[in-house]
Amino acid sequence: MSETHRPEARGEPIDSTITPAGESTKKVEEASLLADAWRSLRKNPWFIISAVLLVLFLGMAIFPQLFTNTDPRECLLGRSRQSPSAEHWFGTDVQGCDYYSRVIHGARNSIAVGFIVAIGTFIIAVVLGLVAGYFGSWVDAVISRITDMVFAVPYILGALVFLNVLESRGVREVAFVLIIFMWPTMTRLMRGSVISVVNSEFVLAARALGAGPITIMRRHILPNSLGPVIGYATVFTGIIIGAEATLTFLGVGLQLPAISWGLQLSDAQPFLQTVPHLLLFPVIFVGLTVFAFMTMGDAIRDALDPKSKK
Amino acid sequence: MTESQTSTGFTPGTSPGDAPLLEVKDLQVEFRTKAGVARAINGLNFTLHAGETLAILGESGSGKSVTAQTIMGILDMPPGRIAGGEIRYRGDDLLTMNEESRRKLRGGKIAMIFQDALSSLNPVLPVGWQIAEMFRVHRGMKRKEARAKAVEMMQRVGIPGAEERAGDFPHQFSGGMRQRIMIAMAIALDPDVLIADEPTTALDVTVQAQVMRLLKDLQTEFNMGLILITHDLGVVADVADKIAVMYSGRVMEAADVYETYAKPGHPYTQGLLASIPRIDDEGGRLRAISGLPPSLTDMPPGCPFNPRCEFATDRCRTERPELRLVAEGHLSACHYAEDVYAGTATRTRRPSPTGAGMIDVSEEAPE
Amino acid sequence: MTRYIIRRLLQFIPVILISTLIVYALVFAIPGDPIRALAGDRPMSDAVRETLREQYNLDDPFLVQYFKYIWGIVTALDFGSTFNGRPVTDIIEQRLPVTATLALVTLVIQTIMGVIAGILAALYRDRFFDRFVQVSTVAMVALPTLVIGFLLQLVFGLNLGWFPIAGINNGITSYILPALTMAAVSTGILARLVRSELLDSLKSDYVRTATAKGMKRTRVITRHGLRNSLIPAVTFIGADLASMLGGSIIVETIFNLPGLGQQVFNSIQGQEGTVVVGIVTLFVLFFVVINLIVDLLYGLLDPRIRYE
Repeated sequence: MSETHRPEARGEPIDSTITPAGESTKKVEEASLLADAWRSLRKNPWFIISAVLLVLFLGMAIFPQLFTNTDPRECLLGRSRQSPSAEHWFGTDVQGCDYYSRVIHGARNSIAVGFIVAIGTFIIAVVLGLVAGYFGSWVDAVISRITDMVFAVPYILGALVFLNVLESRGVREVAFVLIIFMWPTMTRLMRGSVISVVNSEFVLAARALGAGPITIMRRHILPNSLGPVIGYATVFTGIIIGAEATLTFLGVGLQLPAISWGLQLSDAQPFLQTVPHLLLFPVIFVGLTVFAFMTMGDAIRDALDPKSKK
Repeated sequence: MTESQTSTGFTPGTSPGDAPLLEVKDLQVEFRTKAGVARAINGLNFTLHAGETLAILGESGSGKSVTAQTIMGILDMPPGRIAGGEIRYRGDDLLTMNEESRRKLRGGKIAMIFQDALSSLNPVLPVGWQIAEMFRVHRGMKRKEARAKAVEMMQRVGIPGAEERAGDFPHQFSGGMRQRIMIAMAIALDPDVLIADEPTTALDVTVQAQVMRLLKDLQTEFNMGLILITHDLGVVADVADKIAVMYSGRVMEAADVYETYAKPGHPYTQGLLASIPRIDDEGGRLRAISGLPPSLTDMPPGCPFNPRCEFATDRCRTERPELRLVAEGHLSACHYAEDVYAGTATRTRRPSPTGAGMIDVSEEAPE
Repeated sequence: MTRYIIRRLLQFIPVILISTLIVYALVFAIPGDPIRALAGDRPMSDAVRETLREQYNLDDPFLVQYFKYIWGIVTALDFGSTFNGRPVTDIIEQRLPVTATLALVTLVIQTIMGVIAGILAALYRDRFFDRFVQVSTVAMVALPTLVIGFLLQLVFGLNLGWFPIAGINNGITSYILPALTMAAVSTGILARLVRSELLDSLKSDYVRTATAKGMKRTRVITRHGLRNSLIPAVTFIGADLASMLGGSIIVETIFNLPGLGQQVFNSIQGQEGTVVVGIVTLFVLFFVVINLIVDLLYGLLDPRIRYE
């Protein structure tokens, strides 16, 4: 054995594993990533809990008849503010309507606002995020500064000012104003996600092969950058349902005769000390709905994030 | 592993009657993992005397860092678990000692230098403070006195402008200087045993030599026992007195450093030495040991090296070879150690051209 | 360092100008006639209407209105006045203590609860307390402020009767439930943040070094582990404190606290633009100052940060 060896010589064997690369392996990886995500979701108790709750509340919003046969608008002042009983499970409200039926029927408006705003925001976020992240330079600068400015305004302040001057406010108006003030967070997320993908090698390869911007965005960037945004969009739906209830409670959201949890809360507040159950039931329903969406979104995000794997 | 084998004198180069500074006997460490129990160390034996440098050589996963952490008592438990054995410091078993007396030895009598000084030094505390902490906690010194001692240590390890730089933070130093600070911290309390876990791996080649020189000087000055953990055969040749070659958590071969280089008594050591690129070897392929180390959760029966060994026979696949004396002060855990040592061992197979595994060679046509 | 602070203070000017302009635009560009809103159902003569419009610069172009407003603030600390002639500074002076107390109590609650829960959860990882923290923080973070507020009112105010339900007539105890409501989400986030940061830190090489130096476990945790893991917590607490306006509008309305948030809400309903802009400007100022303090604190805690 020779005494002359370079100091940097290492006694380690050469690692023979080849790092997988290329389009074909990419597909396989993606499929297994989704399978992995699903496997870890099924094992996550928070996912199970939130999924059960979501099915329940979505059922309530779409088919309230499944839960109650009582007409929420059939009110008798004579039976105002009754306590919960066998006949009226949640008692009756100030107007003497069956409270159980009203709370069940309240799900539709809240979840509708949640979905409309989430979908609208999702579209804005994906479009602006893609454009800003992909083209960069001044396009990015302009979009980012506008995003920053809107982000700086607390949504509740902006929504209060806007909604306050509207004479009639329905699901459409409330959803519209919420979109206007709440799109920045998701857009920022999408932009960041796009930027992390834009510089990856498979995008460079596609570019080198002469693919146009539209193709690259649709085929390569979009599918690889949507993961975190989808998780957040679910969380966001929960946030919006909470925001709608808050605005309606403050008196600038939905208006009577709409049936809504926010309206029930603001009607019930003066009777907090005398008829607390009027407050309790909508509070529980809003709370559980928001909780279900947010927890579900967190679970999805964790499952899609390779870094969170143990 | 039996008592007699350890005492058979794996103490080359030391005068007899010298009580060992550190004695590791039949150490076994396991990790509980999802894939099962990983046996990181399976019956490890060695001794270390004052003033001696023992190099523990091995590839990643051979258990050399786990050995260091177990001696220091900084192994993460769980998932780690010490399944058996003894670690005796001046005759006292560290593993049965209570935590408080062990803590006092740690840092004070047995100190350690880590591979990556940047991450091993606290990023938000001044380096002088981090060295002074040794004096404050172990010696109960006052802030000022401890700081003066810290500056003294920094000067000793050759940091220019130590007085002014004591207030600087780790990120403000170069890689070599940071490792010097680690060394200053480790030798602050004049320890008997210094464990250096790949102390120069993260450094530039030129700086590596300086840092090794410094370690060697300090060792002589303080008469420390130095355990040098490395996978770098070059470093070993320069500073070590003895070598212990580890593989799959066991010592495969142990001997005097010159003896090991000149006449390896184990096929694994032979393979390691053969894989060093040689200046006189123009062109040609680098020789690597084919295959990969076995999984610690699924050890092959017999000799752990048998799947990769060019001399493996059926005996190697069933019977585990114990560490035994091959020549004066030379231990090897190979059934055919004498033949390997003498260079007369018969090849049973050779590496496949792809480097992926082994192919058998017929006995009548030796290579 | 001094230069850094001066530069940051200079940067405040455009930030404040732009953000107040946005709010000003938001409040004054909306349709609706504030004078009519003021008059309500009472008839008002054209002459009176004209004087009022004159007084509040309502006929000037929008940007001129805005600069007259800013000029008033800069030269005379004049935040304008309500349509009834009451100076906005007067209103702020009266309402600020309530919101400041609320913010302070919130800060104390969330810092103490969040940090301690996070530390204990990390130290007793996977044990009962850790599980408890993990489960309860999920609920804290995932419930809207409105729901938490009402639940606290129902349970601790009405059912147990430990704290007053609304108003500020019971001294500091009046602020407990509102502050808990405001603190809930942040406490949850903070506890999780501190837990994961401390766990990372305890696994780090420098903590291993500290152990190898022969330090006691408590010293390893407090001197070496915690120090690093609390840096992100400081940033979070700062950012959270700086953005308390939104929360105070909801909480002060639920608990009927006569603070700035409730005033903003009332003024929006009464279309009293000056009051809204005045209070929001104050919050923006607070926001930038807190951010500067957090940045400076961050540099103090983490020497790797350099001010340039």
